[in-house]
Amino acid sequence: MSPMARTAPVPAATDPAIIRNFCIIAHIDHGKSTLADRMLQYTGVVKSRDMKAQYLDRMDIERERGITIKSQAVRMPWELDGTSYALNMIDTPGHVDFTYEVSRSLAACEGAVLLVDAAQGIEAQTLANLYLAMENNLSIIPVLNKIDLPAAQPEKYAAELANLIGGDPEDVLRVSGKTGVGVEALLDKIVRDLPAPVGDPNAPARAMIFDSVYDTYRGVVTYVRVVDGMLHPRERIQMMSTRATHELLEIGVSSPEPTPSKGLGVGEVGYLITGVKDVRQSKVGDTVTNLAKPAAESLAGYADAKPMVFSGLYPLDGTDYPVLRDALEKLMLNDAALVYEPETSAALGFGFRVGFLGLLHLEITRERLEREYNLDLISTAPNVEYEVTLEDKRVIHVTNPSEYPTGKISEVREPMVSATILAPNEFVGAIMELCQSRRGIMGGMDYLSEDRVEIRYRLPLAEIVFDFFDILKSKTRGYGSLDWKADGEQVADLVKVDIMLQGEQVDAFSAITHRDKAYAYGVMMTGKLRELIPRQQFEVPIQAAIGSRIIARESIRAIRKDVLAKCYGGDITRKRKLLEKQKEGKKRMKMVGRVEVPQEAFIAALTTDESKDKAKK
Amino acid sequence: MPSVLPLGDPAPADGILPPQVLDGVDSRKFGLYVHIPFCAVRCGYCDFNTYTATELGGGASQDAYASTAISEVEFAVRAMEASGLPQRPLSTVFFGGGTPTLLPAEDLARILTAAVGHWGLEPGAEVTTEANPDSVTPESLQLLADAGFTRISFGMQSAVPHVLKVLDRTHTPSRVPLVVQWARDAGLAVSLDLIYGTPGESMADWQTSLETALSYGPDHISAYALIVEEGTKLAAQIRRGEVPGIDDDDHAAKYELADQLISAAGLDWYEVSNWSRTPEQACKHNLAYWRGDDWWGIGPGAHSHMGGVRWWNVKHPTAYANRLGSGVSPAAGRETLDAGTREVERIMLEARLGTGLQVDALDKVGRHAVAGLIADGLVEPGAAFQGRLVLTLKGRLLADAVVRRILPD
Repeated sequence: MSPMARTAPVPAATDPAIIRNFCIIAHIDHGKSTLADRMLQYTGVVKSRDMKAQYLDRMDIERERGITIKSQAVRMPWELDGTSYALNMIDTPGHVDFTYEVSRSLAACEGAVLLVDAAQGIEAQTLANLYLAMENNLSIIPVLNKIDLPAAQPEKYAAELANLIGGDPEDVLRVSGKTGVGVEALLDKIVRDLPAPVGDPNAPARAMIFDSVYDTYRGVVTYVRVVDGMLHPRERIQMMSTRATHELLEIGVSSPEPTPSKGLGVGEVGYLITGVKDVRQSKVGDTVTNLAKPAAESLAGYADAKPMVFSGLYPLDGTDYPVLRDALEKLMLNDAALVYEPETSAALGFGFRVGFLGLLHLEITRERLEREYNLDLISTAPNVEYEVTLEDKRVIHVTNPSEYPTGKISEVREPMVSATILAPNEFVGAIMELCQSRRGIMGGMDYLSEDRVEIRYRLPLAEIVFDFFDILKSKTRGYGSLDWKADGEQVADLVKVDIMLQGEQVDAFSAITHRDKAYAYGVMMTGKLRELIPRQQFEVPIQAAIGSRIIARESIRAIRKDVLAKCYGGDITRKRKLLEKQKEGKKRMKMVGRVEVPQEAFIAALTTDESKDKAKK
Repeated sequence: MPSVLPLGDPAPADGILPPQVLDGVDSRKFGLYVHIPFCAVRCGYCDFNTYTATELGGGASQDAYASTAISEVEFAVRAMEASGLPQRPLSTVFFGGGTPTLLPAEDLARILTAAVGHWGLEPGAEVTTEANPDSVTPESLQLLADAGFTRISFGMQSAVPHVLKVLDRTHTPSRVPLVVQWARDAGLAVSLDLIYGTPGESMADWQTSLETALSYGPDHISAYALIVEEGTKLAAQIRRGEVPGIDDDDHAAKYELADQLISAAGLDWYEVSNWSRTPEQACKHNLAYWRGDDWWGIGPGAHSHMGGVRWWNVKHPTAYANRLGSGVSPAAGRETLDAGTREVERIMLEARLGTGLQVDALDKVGRHAVAGLIADGLVEPGAAFQGRLVLTLKGRLLADAVVRRILPD
């Protein structure tokens, strides 16, 4: 058992041979944050009394949902056999929406701790991240966590892990982040088993950005892993993708509070501050070099974040539009993946079409807007980006059903994903049924262990953005897990379904669906609206149509009575106040032609019951 | 009168009214409402300010109530005089409740005599009391007529026993024709009150009630859709699923049937829920409410109005009696309406009347809405062409919606 290091290696003067860069790959709830906290405590970088549960998860939403959205890196000293080592723990986002960020975090490491809940076994997202780690040639240390739990089955899951990555089940470490059992042994094993970083100290500096975070006081804080050469404070640096140059105002390491250093050398992990205000100027995956002695080639693997899911965000109260605009501008500073443009809806007024990496990203962004900027928002049903080719060969990219062309269409292409689902084998039938109903094509199936299978499907993204995950969860009694990544596109027989109230089209309710599903959507939406829209003084037909062809219809019967029977001396004041209230209420109604539609109806029609917890993957 | 009082401004202890009540006072009639806050049984649907205990103690007891009410009459005389209002004879008096006839006829007569003694009565003035068919006799009715009452309104509600039972009404249906005859014999005009849409009432039940009521040849009929007020026993029964809830479509169909049968019997609607055999037999007291006239409301929880000032008395009979006993106004609160609010009330109330509303008195928004109302079949086109907004049958059922469309923005 190693003691806490007596002296810590000094940044900028650390031999790469004593550096270990690692990350922890784990599914949400499998205890990554607790284990990380325990490491901070055992290595002495956080005093026990300062320990805040889940120190690394900074944002409230992260803490509440128990997930890590933004990663960080912490430098910790650890002594083994009389040598002090510098351990850089690089925290990775755990969610499928952030695959690219994960891949960059992994690229900053030589090894990964594969952390699996000893009571639950490995999950699909973990498996996906494990594949990414193996693609990056990371050394893997398999670890079972929560061995203190009564339901833990360490033998079973050790065998499963050994089966997956090769090796002996006996080599799988058993720890408890909660009690601390096995954590020191894990730190020893990280030093012993993981390779030291290798780089050329004399080459021009090259450092990879694996995260950048906007800080109100300091501007953008950029996290880097130095591959070659050295970065020093006050020198001018260049971002190789944008060619933008900045002065390096501060450079240092987090342990875990930011600590300035004299620089960062080969293999080191730390932060840079240049005074820029927008994370777009410090893109994840980009290479930082020295302007005076620039590198010839940037590091491999850089890609721009690409939004996959689009939704219209509208303030409930139209006068909040400027607040929403300012809020999006501010969020953008800290979220390079967020894209948006103004959009107008006849039904919802002024808002923005916002592109997200995935549903969780959408959900988190919306929640932050509502919570941090005190906004009430309506978000329209999420959409993917379609590529529509007209007969005159013009190509239109559609992220909003209202932009769907009305002219002659020769071809529509939709984005596809390859999805991996892990579940106990008893649910295979249910999962296949679900995927097939979502136009999925099976790619293959493998047994991870005796009773757990991995099923691979290629599916249209549009089929999984709304409620797929919720249904998967319910069909597998909570055991199923899902991972997906973009996988090209396909030509599909898609149509736009419009919803009309009294013959007036309501843009917010239009949807692009597969032709076979148009009828179901039409029936669902017209039925929902019939329940949600109050009766009017006239009958209101609700229709769903493809072009001019009506595919579903409902009708709201006219209200027949709207009068208070008694109105005598003592009723007048009360009646007048009621009338004033009704009149006020009328102002909050959206008019669709002559039909008064309450805001609540829009919200309810655009949310599914399941969507409330759809982000809790 | 609903039991929940509105929120308003504090009312002064001396009951003095602001000077605005003097504006146009000569063009407004003056009426008196007297609230009798007692009932033998509280009906399941009723949220009115009424009490079943015979002894509330002090000036609030049934025995002392007439004297307490008369002390408010005296208070009203002083306050109106001190406010600079000219003395006006009463054009209408209305005793409501509660069950006014639960008090001895002598007590009702005594209150009326005191009021008339102070203010006098206009020639042809209307003096009404509400009555429960159970609580009148030929003698008591004669006594009322002799004291100056001209009109009686019986709470018949329904002719169908199972409906009366849900309403907790105690009278037997067969008593109604008797009391109607006694009232006629005493020389009183007769109105019958009916309630429709009671849980469990079928369309046939309602038709029976209408036909039965009409067979007694009343001068006037009021027919009200049952309103389930929060806090009533009926509301709790509906919430617990013990009786079916209220269906507005059923109400609408029953209103249409009422209008059809009552009109066929020769009575015309003059307000959404009221029909009379001749225009003269319309309830003048209620018309005064709808036309913005002045009235003083006597009794706990009673509401009053004078020239755009509305106030309401404390609710509990004991608190009410105590206030008057110490010479303090029993008003719990009041509101002074500005011109815009008075206009809203005028539109809201006049739109409900058979005589309708003057179209050119509406603002631009309201006038603009009239064409749409004609198109929707809610107002009479003929009347509209002559400058009056009069509701059609369909419009009466949607009167509140019509008002919202013609009110200023």
